[in-house]
Amino acid sequence: MRLNNKKAISVENLSVYFGDFCVLENLNFSVEQGDFVTVVGPNGGGKTTLIKTILGAIRPKMGNILIFGENPNKIDFRYLGYVPQLKNFDRTFPAKAIEIVATGLTGHWNFILNKATKKLSLEALEQVGVPHLANQQINRLSGGELQRVYLARALVRNPKILVLDEPITGVDIVGENDFGKVLEMQQKMHSLTVFMVTHDWEYAYHHSSYVILLNKRIFAFDIPKRAFTESALRNTFGHIGHEHSIQFIASKND
Amino acid sequence: MIETLTNIFVLRGILSGIILGFLGGYYGSFIVQRRMSFLGDGLAHVAFGGIALGLLLEKEPLWIALPFTILVAIALTFLKEKSELEIDTAIGIFFAISVALGILFISLNKHYISDAFSYLFGSILLVSEMNLLFSSFVTILTIILTPILWKRWTYTSFDRELAITDKINVSVDNYILSILIALTIVTSIKLVGIFLVASFLVIPSASAKLISKTFTQLTLFGIIFGVLSSIFGIFFSISLDVPTGSTIILTQALIFLFCLIIKNFNFKRKNSHNVQTR
Repeated sequence: MRLNNKKAISVENLSVYFGDFCVLENLNFSVEQGDFVTVVGPNGGGKTTLIKTILGAIRPKMGNILIFGENPNKIDFRYLGYVPQLKNFDRTFPAKAIEIVATGLTGHWNFILNKATKKLSLEALEQVGVPHLANQQINRLSGGELQRVYLARALVRNPKILVLDEPITGVDIVGENDFGKVLEMQQKMHSLTVFMVTHDWEYAYHHSSYVILLNKRIFAFDIPKRAFTESALRNTFGHIGHEHSIQFIASKND
Repeated sequence: MIETLTNIFVLRGILSGIILGFLGGYYGSFIVQRRMSFLGDGLAHVAFGGIALGLLLEKEPLWIALPFTILVAIALTFLKEKSELEIDTAIGIFFAISVALGILFISLNKHYISDAFSYLFGSILLVSEMNLLFSSFVTILTIILTPILWKRWTYTSFDRELAITDKINVSVDNYILSILIALTIVTSIKLVGIFLVASFLVIPSASAKLISKTFTQLTLFGIIFGVLSSIFGIFFSISLDVPTGSTIILTQALIFLFCLIIKNFNFKRKNSHNVQTR
C-alpha cells in the first residue's frame, strides 16, 4: 500500500504559539505506522495542543507536521480517529449513543440514520463491548461508558491513526474489561497507530512502544524503559514532587 | 368591503404566523442548545433603533432595521469567534446604544407614537404584503440551506472541537447562523413585537427540549410548537383584541408548562418502574 512507505506522523521543527506565548517549541519526532506512542508531561505542558495540531485544529507558527506525508488540513478526515477529553461536550445535548458513533462515519450530525450507517455504528459499539448502550440517552451514561462510545466513534471510520486525549485507562466499574485493554485489543486487531496523551504513567510504561516526555519541549522520546528515567522526568516536570511515582514504576518493573 | 379587508389582514397574519413560527422553532433549537438567547435579545433591541429611525424618516422600518441588525450580528459573532472576550458586555453596549437611539428617534417623531407602540408589542395589522414576502424569502433560504447546514450546525452544537477536527469550517457556519437569526428576528418583529421576539425564538425549542430524546426531535417539535403557538396566539389576539406578541408568547408558555408536566410524569413513571423491577 502507498501509505506504508510514509511515516504515520512526522514532526519537524514544530513550534506553536498562542499570541506571543510559546506553547510548543521546536519539536522533532516521527511515528511509524503501528506504533503505540504515549505523551506524558505536566499540565500546561502543551500535550493537548500537540494533539490538536496533529488533528489540524491548530496551525503551527513554524515547522511542519505531516500525516502520512500530507498536511493535516488536506487529508481525508477519516484518517484520524479522535477520542477527546470528556469534559468538552454538552451533556444536555439530546442524543442517543449510536448517533454519536455515527458522526464518526459521516463527519456530520445525521438527521436520520440510514441502514448502513446504523449497522456499522452498532458493530463499532460491539467491538468496544457496549452494544447494549446504542439507544441509551447520552446524559444517562457513566464516564467509562461514554468513553467507550467515543472510542467506537473513532474506530467506526477505520482510522489509520487513533488519537486519544487523556482517556481514563483505569478499571471501568461497569465493563468487565477496562478501557486500556479494549484499546490495546483494537490496536492489535487493526494494526492501528495510536497517539495518546495520558496522566497514567504506569499504563504508558507497560503499553506503549514509545513515550514522549513533553513540557513545551521534548525531554525524551524513547522506548518506555529509557524514557522514564528519573533525570528525564525531573527535567520534564521541573520539580521533585513525583518521586513516589518514579519508585512505583521502578518497583513494577522488578 | 370592510369585512374582506379584515379577512385579508387575518389571512396574511396567520400565514405570516405559520412562517415565522417555523423559523422561530427551527433556529430556536440552535439558540437553545448553544445557550445563545442573549444574542436574540440583543439583536431585537438593536432592531428597535433601526425601526425607530425608519419611522422617523417615514421609510419602511424593516429595511432600516435589517442592515443594522445584520451588522451587529456579524460583529458579535466576530467577537465570539476571535476570543471568549466579554460578549455579554459587548451585547450590553450595543443593546444600550440602540435603545437610547431608538428612544431619541421616537421622541423626535411627533406623528407616529402609536406606530412605535405597535412595534413594541406586535400586531397582525402591521404585517404588510412586503413583510410576508420577506419572511417567505427567509424561509425559502432556510429550507434550501437546511440539507447542507443543519447537520453541521448540529454537530458543532454537540461538540465544536469534534466538528473542527472533522474539517467543518465552524467559524463560517456560525456567521451564517447569526445572520439568519438576525433576519428571522427582524422579520418577526411586526408580528411579535420587540419586547418578546427573543422569547419567540426560545420558548418553543425550550419546550421541545424537555420532551426530545434526539436533536432531530428537538428541531421538529420546536417547529411544530412554533407554528401552533402562532396560529392560536393570533386567534386569541383577534378574539380578545390584545397585542399579538402577548397572546403568542402566552400560548408558548402554556405549551412549555404542558411539556414540563409530561416530562415529570415520564420521569416519575420510569422511577417507579425502576423501583418495582428492583
